[in-house]
Amino acid sequence: MTVDVTTAVLLGGLYGVGFYLLMQRSLMHIILALVILGHGANLLLQAAGGPPGGPAFVGIVPAAAMSDPLPQALALTAIVITFGLTTFLLALSYRSWVLLGHDEVQDDIEDHRLRRRELGEAEEAGR
Amino acid sequence: MSTLVALPVLLPLLAAALSLVAGPIAAVQRVLSVSVLTAIAAVAGALLVAADRGAPVVLRVGGYAPPMGITLVADRLAALLLLVSIVVMLGVLVFAIGQRASDHGPRSASVAFHPMYLVLSAGVSLAYLTGDLFNLFVAFEVMLSASYVLISRRTNAPRVRASMTYVIVSLTSSLLFLTMVAFVYAATGTVNLADLSGRIDALPEGAKAGLALLMVVVFGIKAAVVPLHFWLPDSYPTAPTPVTAVFAGLLTKVGVYAIIRTQTLLFGEHGDWAFLLAVALLTMLVGALGAIAQNDLNRMLSFLLVSHIGYMLFGLALFTVAGLTGVILYVVHHIAVQAALFLVSGLVTRHTGTASLRDMSGVARTHPRVAALFALPALSLAGLPPLSGFVAKVVLLRAGAEVATPMAYVVTAAAVLTSFLTLYAMARVWVSAFWGEPSPPVPDVDPTDEVTVGTGVTSKPMLASAGGVVVAGLAVAALAGPLSTLSERAATDLLDRGPYRAAVLEGSSG
Repeated sequence: MTVDVTTAVLLGGLYGVGFYLLMQRSLMHIILALVILGHGANLLLQAAGGPPGGPAFVGIVPAAAMSDPLPQALALTAIVITFGLTTFLLALSYRSWVLLGHDEVQDDIEDHRLRRRELGEAEEAGR
Repeated sequence: MSTLVALPVLLPLLAAALSLVAGPIAAVQRVLSVSVLTAIAAVAGALLVAADRGAPVVLRVGGYAPPMGITLVADRLAALLLLVSIVVMLGVLVFAIGQRASDHGPRSASVAFHPMYLVLSAGVSLAYLTGDLFNLFVAFEVMLSASYVLISRRTNAPRVRASMTYVIVSLTSSLLFLTMVAFVYAATGTVNLADLSGRIDALPEGAKAGLALLMVVVFGIKAAVVPLHFWLPDSYPTAPTPVTAVFAGLLTKVGVYAIIRTQTLLFGEHGDWAFLLAVALLTMLVGALGAIAQNDLNRMLSFLLVSHIGYMLFGLALFTVAGLTGVILYVVHHIAVQAALFLVSGLVTRHTGTASLRDMSGVARTHPRVAALFALPALSLAGLPPLSGFVAKVVLLRAGAEVATPMAYVVTAAAVLTSFLTLYAMARVWVSAFWGEPSPPVPDVDPTDEVTVGTGVTSKPMLASAGGVVVAGLAVAALAGPLSTLSERAATDLLDRGPYRAAVLEGSSG
């Protein structure tokens, strides 16, 4: 695969920003992170197809000058899937906001409960 | 023959559409789902016989010759796992129908459940059968989007948190999957698995190692491999019992199947793999120790699920016929046993009204049948003879000892230790939940929550289907002889790669 500098920098930026946002606690940031990562992955698929060329229809340009249609088809499928799932995630985070009143990712409650119980038992044993 | 390969994917998708239309009429939905899954189980059986007698059954979708078009391939491994998965899905479906009928009356319909369950089965089937890396991505997405709906139905506050975790983690791994597909295509110019298996050999070592590692990470998230397992014990236990059972039985195993398929077919034999052995060791021990710390029955079972994924990685990491035979036996055993354990745990919590081990007691005296149903898969998971877990573990341990490198010995020892830790965790459950004086059931915490009804009656279909899945686990032990020779043939195919490649690339179009 040969990639020009612009695409490479853009790809790095998209993945970097995406993973940075994914680490945040706000659900909205995480949804944006997944959208941006999705863009990054789709651009990477495009870049994997090699240098740009003519439209891949028989009779318009000679076969050697055509661009590779397969990564475009893959990216198209991926766009539809990520689009649908982003919508689902938005609906779910709205539900979370309605039920919990905020849009933060919460800790694992059972983990806290277990830790508190263990600490309590250790204190009792120490007395 | 080859058109049969399309049925496990096509039938449930079409039936899902019909089921959605027939939504309000419960009887139509139920008959449709049960008959479609029975039909696929029959097809899977036929595919297994055909694949075992001769070459893998290959279907070129749309008549395009590979590597251009998508191919569906049913070799021994894919057909065997498909058969086991669908049989377990059928058992869980009967359980779900029984639970719905006893909680809400025989005529009540759950509009979304049946169509989504069918879509899930289509996704699982496609993941087993596909011979194309991008199509595998699509299969995962079909499977996962159905699972998103199933896990987030009728959300309340704890469940929305858990399903949010599940969806975000799965989506992240899907995007990594897409990245991996792009890299594979950039390096080789094809996404057909059989074609890739030849072309990846020609790549430089660094690129090969990078792709192999990326694939382990992508599928490792789905398979809940330590340290990528954190989401699983957090999200599975809150879902309704049948959903948890089918997720625990199947979804992680589809991830394991994808790891096995890609590592053997694409990267071929590279001796025992220290990195994967180390990951297997970590997965076994972290999961088992995590399980011992838990107080919630379902969370404990989830940690054990993580722990036993380690066994499958262990066998794969050895990269010998014996090791892979062990993995295949282990996956078959684990699908049935883990689903059975979650179903029975659902029965237990219906009687106690709580999943907290400290608050339940004496179930063996009040409900001896439920106790017996729990004991069998629990002992099988711990690997006590003559149950199925023992058969699978013996094959794996022997394979580990045969490889005889220091690392293999260490992991073999860890596998034995994990087996004891599993037995200890199960004994803890038995002592606190099943023995002792029966305690009164804990009152329903949230009466408005329709999914986890506090305490409820257990109808005959629920007991019978949970019993059926337990018996399926026992059957694995009863059929251990023919099953292990079949697994050995499948494992030989995996390492040889020749039959698979020949069937896809050279076979006549179907």
